[in-house]
Amino acid sequence: MAQTMQFDLVSPERALASLQAIAVQIPGADGDLTAMPDHAPTITTLRPGLLTVESNEGTQSYAVTGGFADINAEGTSVLAEKAIPASEMTADDMDALIAVAKDAVSTASEDNVDVAAKNLADIEALRTALNI
Amino acid sequence: MPSLKDLKNRIQSVKNTRKITKAMQMVAAAKLRRAQDAAEASRPYTERFNAVLGGLAASVGGSDTAPKLLSGTGSDQTHLLVVMTAERGLCGGFNSNIAKLARAKANELKAAGKTVKILTVGKKGRDAIKRELGDAFIGHVDLTEVKRVGYDNAQDIARDVLARFDGGEFDVATIFYAKFVNVVSQIPTAQQIIPATFDAVEEGAEATLYDYEPNEEAILADLLPRGVATQIFAALLENGASEQGARMSAMDNATRNAGEMIDKLTIEFNRSRQAVITSELIEIISGAEAL
Repeated sequence: MAQTMQFDLVSPERALASLQAIAVQIPGADGDLTAMPDHAPTITTLRPGLLTVESNEGTQSYAVTGGFADINAEGTSVLAEKAIPASEMTADDMDALIAVAKDAVSTASEDNVDVAAKNLADIEALRTALNI
Repeated sequence: MPSLKDLKNRIQSVKNTRKITKAMQMVAAAKLRRAQDAAEASRPYTERFNAVLGGLAASVGGSDTAPKLLSGTGSDQTHLLVVMTAERGLCGGFNSNIAKLARAKANELKAAGKTVKILTVGKKGRDAIKRELGDAFIGHVDLTEVKRVGYDNAQDIARDVLARFDGGEFDVATIFYAKFVNVVSQIPTAQQIIPATFDAVEEGAEATLYDYEPNEEAILADLLPRGVATQIFAALLENGASEQGARMSAMDNATRNAGEMIDKLTIEFNRSRQAVITSELIEIISGAEAL
């Protein structure tokens, strides 16, 4: 049996997952990374994307938007501002997310417009990944 | 002396009131449970968030490049008070206690020569604050239409506050809300959110050496605005539970008072009915004796 670590996924409104995981794919701000047991302690911010958890029971995916991941000796915790199991994600949710992101791009100040545009692009990529 | 009919009407009206307060108490109890669950569910996020942010802030905080949200603007001339209260009344001293605390703080700051600006969340607080501190009032967040307070609502408030901060409208922000202890006790609390404050990290606690991606400053700059939203969200939930708790005990008292009043009125009603019967009897007897 593969080595496992404690994995927690929490959003402000509820705790979504708490289980023993083999590997967790995290959409980090600087690129995707996979956390496995004994990974070097890392804190990274998230970009909107798909978080995949691999455990002995199978693989689960969650759509997450901003937040951060804390990888340390005890395990991995992901604190996402919004996290929805990929299977429960609907086209309406996606539309709402994109609408908010678009709105942010149009109202962003000059300094932030790149950040907002990247956020929108990430969300649109997430939609493609989920195929909805 | 009220007539028998008047008394009967009053008893009926108090009975109706008692029914209403009893129903409100039960509704508040059900809502309280939901509010407590929501507060419970948000706790893991808030705790971890603050732990990580606290660690980061401790390591970056000393440097000159620390974000303004953490180190402050370098002055404390203008204070923003965010006063969170309920949208509805009939919950005992809940709203007025929070408003009282905020008012005391505002007056204290004013006496010290500071400028005070007030943003209210919740209709009841706005009404109470506007009466006395109308000139300091700068805005109101309306949550009347919101059935369940979500993180989105907190984010909206945080965005508003942060936009004002970036615009240089204030230097220090404090939120006012009631901390839920139990059904009979809610403590009005003031908490400073900008510049951010953290509980001191315990001495000797083992510090893990983290890799930071992209880097410490960028993460901190990303997390601090979220921290404001998280604190506001936690306060909103705490406030929601407090409001229902306060309403529950207020309505419990009202129900009991109505019961006592009904007992008193019933005794009075019985006495006057007996008096009427007695006087009628006396009239009949004296009438019979006269013959």
